[in-house]
Amino acid sequence: MITLKVQDLSKNFGSTEVLKKINLEIEEGNFLVLLGPSGCGKSTLLNIIAGLETIDEGTVFIDDYNVSEVEPKDRNIAMVFQSYALYPSMNVKENMVFGLKQSKTSKEKIEEQLKKVSSFLHVDELLNRKPSQLSGGQRQRVAIGRALVREPRIFLFDEPLSNLDAKLRVEMRREIKKLHQTLKTTVVYVTHDQTEAMSLGTNIAIMNHGVIQQYDTPENIYNKPNNTFVADFIGSPSMNLINGQLAKEANNVSFIPEGSNQSGKVSLNNYNFVKSPQESGNDIYFGIRPEHIHYKKTNDTDFEVNLRADLKEYVGHEQIITFNYYSQEILGKFPSTVKIETGQEMKLFFDLSQISVFDKKTNKRI
Amino acid sequence: MSANISATSYKQLEQKSKLKNMLLRWFLYFVLILFASYFIFPLYVMIVTSLKTMPEIRQGNLITWPSQLNFKPWAVAWGGRGYGAGDTFLRPYFWNSIKMVVPAVVASTFIGAMTGYVLTKWRFKGDSWIFLFLLFGCFIPFQAILLPMARTLGVLGISNSILGLVVVHTVYGIPFTTLFFRNYYVSIPNELIKAARIDGAGFFKIFFKILLPISAPIIVVTVIWQFTQIWNDFLFGSTFSFGEAAPIQVALNNMVLSSTSVKEYNVDMASAIIAGFPTLIVYVLAGKYFIRGLTSGAVKG
Repeated sequence: MITLKVQDLSKNFGSTEVLKKINLEIEEGNFLVLLGPSGCGKSTLLNIIAGLETIDEGTVFIDDYNVSEVEPKDRNIAMVFQSYALYPSMNVKENMVFGLKQSKTSKEKIEEQLKKVSSFLHVDELLNRKPSQLSGGQRQRVAIGRALVREPRIFLFDEPLSNLDAKLRVEMRREIKKLHQTLKTTVVYVTHDQTEAMSLGTNIAIMNHGVIQQYDTPENIYNKPNNTFVADFIGSPSMNLINGQLAKEANNVSFIPEGSNQSGKVSLNNYNFVKSPQESGNDIYFGIRPEHIHYKKTNDTDFEVNLRADLKEYVGHEQIITFNYYSQEILGKFPSTVKIETGQEMKLFFDLSQISVFDKKTNKRI
Repeated sequence: MSANISATSYKQLEQKSKLKNMLLRWFLYFVLILFASYFIFPLYVMIVTSLKTMPEIRQGNLITWPSQLNFKPWAVAWGGRGYGAGDTFLRPYFWNSIKMVVPAVVASTFIGAMTGYVLTKWRFKGDSWIFLFLLFGCFIPFQAILLPMARTLGVLGISNSILGLVVVHTVYGIPFTTLFFRNYYVSIPNELIKAARIDGAGFFKIFFKILLPISAPIIVVTVIWQFTQIWNDFLFGSTFSFGEAAPIQVALNNMVLSSTSVKEYNVDMASAIIAGFPTLIVYVLAGKYFIRGLTSGAVKG
């Protein structure tokens, strides 16, 4: 069953188009992450789903009902904000039951819900405290609790972890994941953090400039990016996009890196082209992630090259090496146990089963 | 880089900087005391003069302590001499002022809070223009609106009444109170309002249940500001009221300037102190919140 559907949604702020013909669907119980750089329109989209922002064009459906003109409180949603947005003058308990009181829920029901949720989130000790007396993690928990007590159809999260420090963020991320696993409520979650998106989402919609670049599972987004924006945005460091040309002769398709004079030909025979490959001589990007450049052969199809290591960045469990590949900079990621000296050539293996190829003109996957 | 400074020269340097700090400190205290006395001295003169008898004042010793504490001038200033016509004293006008100040302060503060709330949390097309015009209201010289306001009060039938003064002060206070509240509410995260809307609270509920309870600092600032302005106002009071409807500052003026007989400086001084007393009280009671409110930033939830 489709819980949330967004159809041809457009939104302008003055003359700037913030959202352009957005289409999204999410199945009951799924975890949708809206991911993108700041200013891509993801928060606006969430606010529109919540009913806090008006729609210029298009429709929002919740459970097949057109809710485009429905008040936020009547949409059966709950939202958790980045700044927690706890009411400063009320204590934790009052914060959590404020919404239920507004909807004239019976006293017994309110008490019951409060008890259930506060013990579930381990905030029952904090009920009489003011938000200012809580730590960041506790505030976050209370904010989630305030959303939970309403038993909504959809949870909306607006960058809920951005205000926490790194350690707490990882902990809370896991808690949100657990929460979703237990409750199985549909979630729409906005973030600019790719790790959060990958680890939490069952579906990710990557947005840029008000357009959804790719709407897919985390695996597909990582392995088969639709275009160079997605390829570049996901992964750290991001995917190497090597300039070059497509070469087609008889049954063989291959990639010729720029400046290699045919000698560095890489076979693309095992690559799954979206459509049958275009003409020979087309400018393309050969995309390979730093983690798919190996220092020893793992597959038979691996492509072997000798490259000079120019720069070494040590980050603890791994090291990121910059290589010179026909005067183009490419990055490789290796365990820090591998001994690599800068300035020296080393033998490397491109894992050709993991590559992506993009058209240079359209920036789309081919 | 490594200058060869021996231990003894460090000692000397230390001595030198100690001396310098001490001298600077003394200088600082000197300046502070000088400025403080600049403000305190007139008050001192007022108080001692109000406690002297007229013959003692005529001796011309401004700063000497009164030979005998004489509270009669205060009694005269407050309650009059006890004869009928032509006896002006402050008591009825003091209550006039209270009846004018309290409603005007409450109304202008409340309207300012509401306007500030709308201008920051319920933005609409052209709201920044409205705010600009309100700001403009802060800079219009009072004198410029006297005639139109007199006409307006006449049409409304509330000229020469306390109600009329309440209206004038409320209307004239709104630009300032709005400015205060707008600047305070602008620092309160909008997410708070969004959360409340999702929770089902409406326009008034959000204002009364969520914003007003955290507005104490700015309410104090606004109340002090408005109280001082309205209590000390002379221009509106003297223009729009006369006789029995006048506020205390007008009565003070009448007492001090229109006496036909000998000038009684001790009564004048006592009257001036009485007229200034309420603002003094407000500052003493709420002064610390005034500073805090002016400097306080966002209320982080």
